[in-house]
Amino acid sequence: MRSLAILLALALPASAEVAPKRAAELQHMVTQDCGSCHGLTRKGGLGSPLTAQALAHAEPEALASIILDGVPETAMPPWRPLLTEEEAMWIARYLKQD
Amino acid sequence: MKRAFVLLAFLATPLLAAPETPLATGDLGLVIERATGSLLVIDRSDRAAIGRIEGLGDLSHASMTYSPDERFAYVFGRDGGLTKVDMVTQEIVARTVQAGNSIGGAISDDGKLVAVSNYEPGGVKVFDADKLALIADIPADGKTIGLVDVPGRRFAWTVWDTGEVYLGDFSGPEPKIAALGKAGKNPFDAVITDDAHTYLVGLFGEKGVTAYDLWSDKPEPRKFLTDYGKTGEDMPVYKMPHLQGWAFTEGQYALPAVGRHELLWVNRDTLEEVATTPVHGQPVFVIAQPASPFVWVNFATPLNDTVQVVDSRTHEVVATLTPGKAILHMEFAPRGAEVWISSRDDNKVLIYDTRTREKVGEFAAEAPSGIFFTARAHQPGL
Repeated sequence: MRSLAILLALALPASAEVAPKRAAELQHMVTQDCGSCHGLTRKGGLGSPLTAQALAHAEPEALASIILDGVPETAMPPWRPLLTEEEAMWIARYLKQD
Repeated sequence: MKRAFVLLAFLATPLLAAPETPLATGDLGLVIERATGSLLVIDRSDRAAIGRIEGLGDLSHASMTYSPDERFAYVFGRDGGLTKVDMVTQEIVARTVQAGNSIGGAISDDGKLVAVSNYEPGGVKVFDADKLALIADIPADGKTIGLVDVPGRRFAWTVWDTGEVYLGDFSGPEPKIAALGKAGKNPFDAVITDDAHTYLVGLFGEKGVTAYDLWSDKPEPRKFLTDYGKTGEDMPVYKMPHLQGWAFTEGQYALPAVGRHELLWVNRDTLEEVATTPVHGQPVFVIAQPASPFVWVNFATPLNDTVQVVDSRTHEVVATLTPGKAILHMEFAPRGAEVWISSRDDNKVLIYDTRTREKVGEFAAEAPSGIFFTARAHQPGL
């Protein structure tokens, strides 16, 4: 699973440029929609914790590919229909910041 | 009720005598303000908020239940906080952070016990409703979901990771816990019917719903709807459906399909699917409008600006409303005249007349989610 995620991640863009207005929307989305399962404070729930500490050893590219394509056999859905690859990378980096 | 509120405000200043008109709680309720960890106290007759209670911690995915006298609310927070709130004085009267991560709770039929369903560490804890002292701690092999009260000082719950269902009897000096077998793969929520007859467990890891007959001496799992939507591709589920609102109407269950933009109608006796209704998005809450043939449905993000009304006789959508951004919850007046709808991203609670389906009121709330009227105190399963 992990190696698959990394392989998929290779195709992702290295930069994560999004417009400020869209960044604010993404931030809201992380808090509210990711928060449904991962907790408003990202300490976890049905989904695993997503605090900067919990993700300290995760590569942003791998996180972005999980965001885009989900994790099969779990409740983590693919967000690709709602997010571009740049936006997923932005979220991955945002999660890793404190 | 306005007068009572004014009097309450006076209470804040000392040396004043007790109010002449006591505050009745029968038309009150609470709204969860999820981001700020606060509760709005609402008055159904005034169609307004009459106060705010703060300091409840992380209220994402919070829920609550009421004491039999409708004076106290027990609020279950995401961060493991269990808080007892006085509706009359609008104060927190007891609070315990009883786990690291929790998901909901229930009150026993006699109002003496409050049980909390925990994710971390997984299990159920039972408290005395008066002081919130721990009475029983029942660990589980995973995250517990779908905790409900069962008559006779009992509770039922389910484990997400293992699919196991348990029935706990807390009527004696020592709790008696019975394992009821596996409901299926990754049950995401469960609910008890209004007659406390059937415990219904919704499955995420496989197709279907599992029913337990709780009137039986030996309840056993009975799976149904195991092949719904077989012919089509499943869609991503951006928010898990909630089953507490599962509608039971016209001899049917109205259930949210998981991974499909459909309602599923099931005959309550035979558990056979009788119809499907294509709807706007992934259903989250499917709630029966009391004293009517209608059910109201809201949807998962990104289609969550819409509410649909479906007729349980024809299984057809009869109205589509767009009340606001991020509609998270709907709560009906107990006799069905109004529905109160929370719009998280508009920071409002909207009030609709259920006959005209026109908006008749609104008030401000900070990122509102669940709306809970005190009338829930008298309904099994709530």
